[in-house]
Amino acid sequence: MISMAEYMILIFEDESGYATATEDVLRQVMEAHNRFSEQVAEKGGKVVEGRALQPTATATTIRGDVVTDGPFIETKEAIGGYYLVEARDLDHALEIGKLCPALFGGVEVRPIMVFG
Amino acid sequence: MTGSPRPGPGAEGGAGPGPGEVSAAIADAHRREWAFVLAATARVAGDFDLAEECVQDAYAAALTAWTRQGVPRNPGAWLTTAARRRAIDAKRRDRVLRAKLPLLIEPDPPVAASAPPGSGQPEGDEDVIPDDRLRLIFTCCHPALAREAQVALTLRLVCGLTTVEIAQAFLVPEPTMAARVTRAKKKISAARIAYRVPAPAELPDRLDAVLTVVHLLYTTGHTAPGGENLVRADLVDRAIGLARMLRALMPDEREAAGLLALILLTDARRATRADAHGRLLLLEAQDRSRWDRAVIAEGTALVPWALRGGRPGRFALQAAIAALHAEAPSYARTDWPQIVALYDALLRVWSSPVVALNRAVAVAMAQGPAAGLAQIGELEADGRLDAYRYLPAAKADLLRRLGRWEAAAQAYRDALALTDNAAEREFLARRLSEVTEAPA
Repeated sequence: MISMAEYMILIFEDESGYATATEDVLRQVMEAHNRFSEQVAEKGGKVVEGRALQPTATATTIRGDVVTDGPFIETKEAIGGYYLVEARDLDHALEIGKLCPALFGGVEVRPIMVFG
Repeated sequence: MTGSPRPGPGAEGGAGPGPGEVSAAIADAHRREWAFVLAATARVAGDFDLAEECVQDAYAAALTAWTRQGVPRNPGAWLTTAARRRAIDAKRRDRVLRAKLPLLIEPDPPVAASAPPGSGQPEGDEDVIPDDRLRLIFTCCHPALAREAQVALTLRLVCGLTTVEIAQAFLVPEPTMAARVTRAKKKISAARIAYRVPAPAELPDRLDAVLTVVHLLYTTGHTAPGGENLVRADLVDRAIGLARMLRALMPDEREAAGLLALILLTDARRATRADAHGRLLLLEAQDRSRWDRAVIAEGTALVPWALRGGRPGRFALQAAIAALHAEAPSYARTDWPQIVALYDALLRVWSSPVVALNRAVAVAMAQGPAAGLAQIGELEADGRLDAYRYLPAAKADLLRRLGRWEAAAQAYRDALALTDNAAEREFLARRLSEVTEAPA
């Protein structure tokens, strides 16, 4: 039996895609996310948790003691949410990552560091 | 410790083998068996660094043992047994050596295990050593690794080249190459890239990545990106060895046959690619009587099978084109319409501007230089080949054929500006002086 490892799926998307999307598209995206956990389970993986973030306009950055308005790095495609998943290995995690909805961008799959 | 080595031929009559014979046997085993030994040891070591160390130790130990006891009948099995025992001992002796993130080894499917040819040494559970070479090469060429890292890892782990040798082959500083290899190994363990052959569903894409790496090794050796030697013979031989290995280990994969055929058919012309002074000779000017007919026959024989059944892959199609060139009595009497048709098929499976450029050259031969030039014009407008030296070089040649000397000269200058390879520069400069001295 192969043990499972944790991977973070970071969702990078162009926020303007959501700002201009129709109600219909937004509903489809929500449904896709709702389906995602089930699809992961069907693949033999597991969603540990997943969250969506408020847009980068709501972000505040701290460097040293200096507090500034805005995200840490200004980019066209920013992190809009994440899933923490369990997978057997990278191929399995990538298979899961391919199912993750990211209509206006893509996802980055990163292994969680294990200490000890 | 080392099984039961049999005396080699040099050990007859009680005298041990000479030192020359032993070092030759070790060099031979390094070239032939490294991939098998390392792949089998990695499974036990659970870590590429430890595996490499143990395999290097085993080769070092072979020098003493084989000098004393003779070269074993199956050097690969001897080395594998020695290296695997070292790995087991190291892990037992020092638990710290157990990697925090061990190589993720999937259990064997039943029947997958096979002993190397001739290893008939029953040693308990070590009597059958699984052939893990495919796992090794698929791991090295995993798509989660950058292409340059795939290439470096393949040369290091599958071919057993040192970091210094790989750095020299790719003209990068040694620390850069060392960092590249270290990063790639770290990613394999930290991201849990599994040590396995991909499942059938992913195999076509994954195999394509492996074949691409092997082909890249070949082309890098065949036309060194810079420097004085047109052919870097060692890289070429390594690439041919890898292509043969893949063909033997994956006999049902048509593209593995296609790649081997393509490399053989290209390499059969190796001796004629430059003249006695090391100057580049184009296909057109090569002495076809000096092409290696035995190698051409071997490559050509693979082509029909590689093309058979379903849509042929890009390596099979390129091999078919190379076969037509190899069989043609002369450049002019080559079956150019058939070559254009094969390029059309190739563009359908591999939409690459480089393929389109090669097609344009074939069109020029089949329908005249003006037709080829028109297609090159389209490719120039496309822009993706702006830094590709063979585009202005091909354009220059067609302009030369049309007698448009000034335009040809400019295209040769454009090509020279993009070319580092000394032999190719010499060729372009020679052509440039021909067209600038041509009568107006």
